[in-house]
Amino acid sequence: MKEFAYRRATDVDEALRLAAAGGDTRFLGGGTNLVDLMKNGVEAPERLIDVRFLPLGGISETSGGGMLLGATTTNSDIAAHPDIRRRYPALSQAILAGASGQLRNMATAAGNLLQRTRCGYFADPSEPCNRRAPGSGCGALAGEHHNHAILDWSPSCVATHPSDMAVALAAFDAHVRYQTMEGAGALPLSRFYLPVGDSPHEETALPGHALITGIALPSVTPTLRSRYRKVRERASYAFATVSVAAALEVLEGRILDVRIALGGVASQPWRARVAEDMVRDAAADAELFRAAADAELSAARPLRDNAYKVTLARNLITTVLTELAASERL
Amino acid sequence: MVDDMHSEITLFVNGKTTSLEVDNRRTLLDAVREDLGYTGPKKGCDHGQCGACTVMLNGRRIVSCLTLAVAAQDAEIVTIEGIAEGDALAPLQEAFVRLDSYQCGFCTPGQICSALAMLSEHAEGWPSAVTADVSPDAPTPELDAAEVRERLSGNLCRCGAYPSIVRATLEMAARKGISS
Repeated sequence: MKEFAYRRATDVDEALRLAAAGGDTRFLGGGTNLVDLMKNGVEAPERLIDVRFLPLGGISETSGGGMLLGATTTNSDIAAHPDIRRRYPALSQAILAGASGQLRNMATAAGNLLQRTRCGYFADPSEPCNRRAPGSGCGALAGEHHNHAILDWSPSCVATHPSDMAVALAAFDAHVRYQTMEGAGALPLSRFYLPVGDSPHEETALPGHALITGIALPSVTPTLRSRYRKVRERASYAFATVSVAAALEVLEGRILDVRIALGGVASQPWRARVAEDMVRDAAADAELFRAAADAELSAARPLRDNAYKVTLARNLITTVLTELAASERL
Repeated sequence: MVDDMHSEITLFVNGKTTSLEVDNRRTLLDAVREDLGYTGPKKGCDHGQCGACTVMLNGRRIVSCLTLAVAAQDAEIVTIEGIAEGDALAPLQEAFVRLDSYQCGFCTPGQICSALAMLSEHAEGWPSAVTADVSPDAPTPELDAAEVRERLSGNLCRCGAYPSIVRATLEMAARKGISS
């Protein structure tokens, strides 16, 4: 690991000043991904600014009836929060489906969003990777890619985003709030991650030296049911092969509201808007759900070894929507 | 002389306060083992994947191999050496011995720290990935074998002593009155 300077910021302004002071700087949250990548030589910052002691923790109600997750709130605290479990159960389930108890106790909300892909070529500096070393090529495209993207990849990069939490946030139309020296801003999650294109090393739309301050969840109607289902290669403590965060509001058999987001299939959480449009205002029906999933996945371009994900995603979408529609009738 | 790459820190480990100078790269795991002499936490993978280095930080289980010592200053840290009073084994340690919950023992300090903290998390009503209904209005799930396996999945045992680890943990849970 390369030597680095460490500073503990005590307020947001100080953190922003330190970050803008020059040099290759990273904000340190829980460190579960960043410290690991520093050990591997993937990340080699000159300075770490510890932001965990900023007054950005906690979970609160927003004026619009939604909720605000402070940037430094641990993943554990979000998943265990009674209002999150009651109103956004898919978010609680998504977080609980990720990592381990120890890592969830360390990892922060903002750090979860900013974690890097778990593609093996990215994690190994002896391999080519356009995301880590722009212009060096993509080892996964013709190499080991059974757990890589099926949607929206580019010849530059076929890696997936590893977060479970972000998939649920995409379904709930969350906004990422940030601050720069110039002031505060916000990005909807749907525009937070950049399309992979030919510059996969540019991962988010955050302005330079921006500090994430929180994640805002819009209000939801009490009748919106949500669920997160994740398929992975072992029963626990593994990244998603395919995951689905879905929310459904059904009144007398008719679908009033639907949100579907997929994990493990693209470089960012994949909001399945084609499927949503087919299902919204229709009668809840498993065959319709299957047809909607098929329509969504007609855009899939599986790689040599991951076409199974298309079938898996279709079945997961169908199953989760069917389960949610059934729970509505109880 | 401390430069930008080193820090003077104070660590609170197992009720004792130690001031030391560390390279900012030093992990909490290396600091407690090499600088403070607590060799209970083990370095297995050193990448947060095996759980052998699990300790408690401000009452919560964490992996010390991905925690920088400089970032852990001022926190209250408890290692396996800090969970028993004197020479008497803590009840969960005693259960691990009696029920053969290990073979080589390398993962055991992490398993026990993790299990103790997990019991506290459960007592606080935290759901898990195998909890059928995460609603706070639903009763907190009883700790059965499936719940224990899921909640302890961050601790690997290469000897495969899992059945006995689950048994000892369930016995401890029963003593606390949170399992059938």
